[in-house]
Amino acid sequence: MNETVQPSFKPGDRVVVRKAWPLGHIRTPHYIRGRVGSIERVCGSFPMPEELAQQRSGLPAQPLYRVRFLQRDVWPDYQGRPDDALEVEIFQHWLERA
Amino acid sequence: MNEDHGRYQPLSYFQLMEISLRELLVEKGIVTDAQVQATADDMRSRGAERGASVVARAWTDPGFKARLLADGTEACRELGLDVPALRLIAVENTPDVHNMIVCTLCSCYPRMLLGLPPEWYKSRPYRSRAVREPRAVLAEFGLAIADNVQVRVHDSTADMRYIVLPMRPAGTDGWSEDRLAAIVTRDCMIGVAVPSIAGAAPAA
Repeated sequence: MNETVQPSFKPGDRVVVRKAWPLGHIRTPHYIRGRVGSIERVCGSFPMPEELAQQRSGLPAQPLYRVRFLQRDVWPDYQGRPDDALEVEIFQHWLERA
Repeated sequence: MNEDHGRYQPLSYFQLMEISLRELLVEKGIVTDAQVQATADDMRSRGAERGASVVARAWTDPGFKARLLADGTEACRELGLDVPALRLIAVENTPDVHNMIVCTLCSCYPRMLLGLPPEWYKSRPYRSRAVREPRAVLAEFGLAIADNVQVRVHDSTADMRYIVLPMRPAGTDGWSEDRLAAIVTRDCMIGVAVPSIAGAAPAA
């Protein structure tokens, strides 16, 4: 059985990273939580790292996205071009529609 | 070796854990000492040559380049670099965009293509500053990014691995793939350097 959550987002969709601070092994960097970006691509689906770290299956697999953020949206005092960008891999359960 | 060579040094927490785990695995017959040694030797001997060969092929074969950018994993398979654990995304430098790779959470790195990551790649200063002030970090590597070029930083946070496809330098028309590969350094593929033909090998 292929246990996979269907992707909710497509390239170009605006998303916000959940501002949550659960304990455990998490692959969503602190600095990006609460920031708004757009889906660059869908990378496929992978077992949830939070669950794998607890020695569970991590299934159903969660869609993984590359999300593109503008640096100035991440760091208000960013020095550089206004279109300088930062791309981060984020799992679907960490994203909400912006 | 440091200046403490020859003097008694207590084992660190992680050294002790590594030895304990390895001895247990050997004792239980799960791996042999020879296998552990062979794997460690293989990892240490791997350099960035495979990555450089991927870049050189992309520079000389537009069809391959298109496939590499569309699906890095499949393209590597074409070159016989078939590793199930490697899910590769190639990001292309252009006259308008410069890319650089970091893993802010740990040290995710395309080891299959580039070998072991350099110490600085795993250091806290690089990991924290690359996403915060990439232009300043690149300048410290000797790479000044012009104001008309966008900088894109890729934080390798989950299951994908990244390689920068640098721009082919001018003055390399007619070069063989091997000669091209020789100017593609590890740092070019992390995005903290660009290929240079100064000091390149003469035509074979």
